[in-house]
Amino acid sequence: MKPFTTVKGIVVPFPRANIDTDAMLPKNYLKKLEKFGYGDFLFDDERYLTPGDVDIDPSTRRKNPSFILNQTPYNHAEIVVAGANFGCGSSREHAVWALRDFGIRAIIAPSFGDIFWQNCFNNGLLPITLSDAEVKQILAIESRSVQSLQLTIDLDAQTVATDEQVWSFEIDANKKAPLLAGLDSIGETFREKDAILQFEQQRRQQRPWLFQSGD
Amino acid sequence: MAGATLYDKLWQEHVVTTLDDGTSLLYIDRQLLHEITSPQAFDGLRQFDRKPWRLDANLAVPDHAVPTRFREHGLIGIQDAIARKQVKTLAENCAEFGVELFDLTDARQGIVHVIGPEQGLTLPGMTLVCGDSHTSTHGALATLAMGIGTSEVEHVLATQTLRTQKLKNMRVTFDGHLPPGLGAKDLILALIEKIGTAGGRGYAIEYAGDVVRSLSVEARMTLCNMTIEAGARAGLVAFDEVTAAYVRGRPRAPRGETLAQAEDYWRTLHSDADASFDTEVHIDVSNLAPQVTWGTSPEMVIGVDGQIPSLAHARDGDQSSMQRALTYMGLKPEQALLGLAIDKVFIGSCTNARIEDLRAVAELVAGERVSANVEQAIIVPGSGLVKAQAEAEGLADIFLAAGFEWRDSGCSMCLGMNDDKLGEFERCAATSNRNFEGRQGKGGRTHLMSPIMAAAAAIHGQITDVRELLK
Repeated sequence: MKPFTTVKGIVVPFPRANIDTDAMLPKNYLKKLEKFGYGDFLFDDERYLTPGDVDIDPSTRRKNPSFILNQTPYNHAEIVVAGANFGCGSSREHAVWALRDFGIRAIIAPSFGDIFWQNCFNNGLLPITLSDAEVKQILAIESRSVQSLQLTIDLDAQTVATDEQVWSFEIDANKKAPLLAGLDSIGETFREKDAILQFEQQRRQQRPWLFQSGD
Repeated sequence: MAGATLYDKLWQEHVVTTLDDGTSLLYIDRQLLHEITSPQAFDGLRQFDRKPWRLDANLAVPDHAVPTRFREHGLIGIQDAIARKQVKTLAENCAEFGVELFDLTDARQGIVHVIGPEQGLTLPGMTLVCGDSHTSTHGALATLAMGIGTSEVEHVLATQTLRTQKLKNMRVTFDGHLPPGLGAKDLILALIEKIGTAGGRGYAIEYAGDVVRSLSVEARMTLCNMTIEAGARAGLVAFDEVTAAYVRGRPRAPRGETLAQAEDYWRTLHSDADASFDTEVHIDVSNLAPQVTWGTSPEMVIGVDGQIPSLAHARDGDQSSMQRALTYMGLKPEQALLGLAIDKVFIGSCTNARIEDLRAVAELVAGERVSANVEQAIIVPGSGLVKAQAEAEGLADIFLAAGFEWRDSGCSMCLGMNDDKLGEFERCAATSNRNFEGRQGKGGRTHLMSPIMAAAAAIHGQITDVRELLK
């Protein structure tokens, strides 16, 4: 997993609340067996005017010119600034893979869907919670910008900044450290292998019905 | 010291260790796998040369992308070559790693959240995870059940634990008496309308009160199923004699002395009388009307006899989201839903495809005909065993005589991964759980409602107040 330290990137605004993971990555692409290669399908229903599927080359499809990700400079965006409850709905990690493969490194919103939020950390994306007012403020600055708005995110310092302004954000230490280091969580958990084995052994005695195998 | 909530007890029972940074390793008793969110997890195991920690904790079943016709042909009956490869890959992964699989032609195949409880794979007091947000369904059996992402699926396969943090406690109490024609689907839609799709974020929700106690386990599953639509990862109902009767005799449930031992423990699975909750919500159901969604979020709900709010009353003052939803749905502010013509009817999904759902529908449509104005009305049972039971009870004959299509089990038109989907602008009365833009097919318009409300819509070709038919 790619470590997250500082990111300076272009902001793409999605001010609407409750953007769900079905919208980020429609069902057609859940048929893919891989963990990569979803970037061209991010927000697919809105992004293209002609239908798509796993086996249709996206470069042959007609793009919707009025959709923001099809416009310069947003097609190079690295930071999403969005309305509340971003990533609600389906647990599909494919939605996070699509954001990541498009080039998104961080998402700033007043709140996130719980499963989506966890999925972000497991793929090196940083979901930043700012207040509703702060998110609206950034969106307002973005809409006034003649050129694209660039934000600098410093995970270690827990700040989001323009050239003029800085916002601070909270993040739990147990989310921050693995992201900074790009750690493999399974490897980390294996450090506790003895504790798991011991717990399991005890459980096997206390709750034996949970350890019956199939017919 | 205050007593413990049901969630607190389940949490405490499963914490292996809490690390210095605050992460807890939660032991997972059961993982259910399906074809959509598991291939990348198995790949991950292969890549690092890892093996599943405990094989007998896992069971896999294909359900999301499977067709609901031509199933007798097995794999070659899947016309979509990519979906066929995905179902085949699940079987290959299960064979390679030694995970038990209910394959496409197995009578026990079905929607993962239907077959877990049906087989006794889901038991009270367990922790259960699945790479699917509707895993909350299993909480109906006093099981701590949560949807997880694919990276977590891999983590649970490899370590039998989930790295997580404790949730907050919310209790939702339904007060009063449930009027005729209303059921669990109406309760959960009313809750989502009240607290919103983000209202449960960060919580485990326990459903309580006499109304919940009077519900069957299947109805409690409907309630817990859509907990995720209220933003919470886990829904719970305390164990009681209704749960005990449901579990007894299930194929994988304990028997004899072990059952007695298990039930002794299960009887402790309730919140203590002096337990305190971070948030309490009360809903009086005595005057509730059947609930129907009008928009593109499950919180956009009204009683069937009501009207869509005006823009001035948009939730959180967000008029642009409301206008966008109405435009997508082809509706206007303050419009009534009664009498709205529908094109398709979908009765199925992990929310409402169990035998009790089908019995209720059969009772309503017996001797009736699906309206000629309805292009397609499909009933998709939740599992192969539900299908067989419905046929044995004569329900399938009633459905067929009424003009419904009677399909094989799977997720089907809930998310439209197979060929059961909505076309652009098609309006659907659906018993599923999500009315998101494009969910049932690009441009499709979904109205979520209970099974008998969907059945009433099928007969009349329009959104209908089922209470009128019950008089």
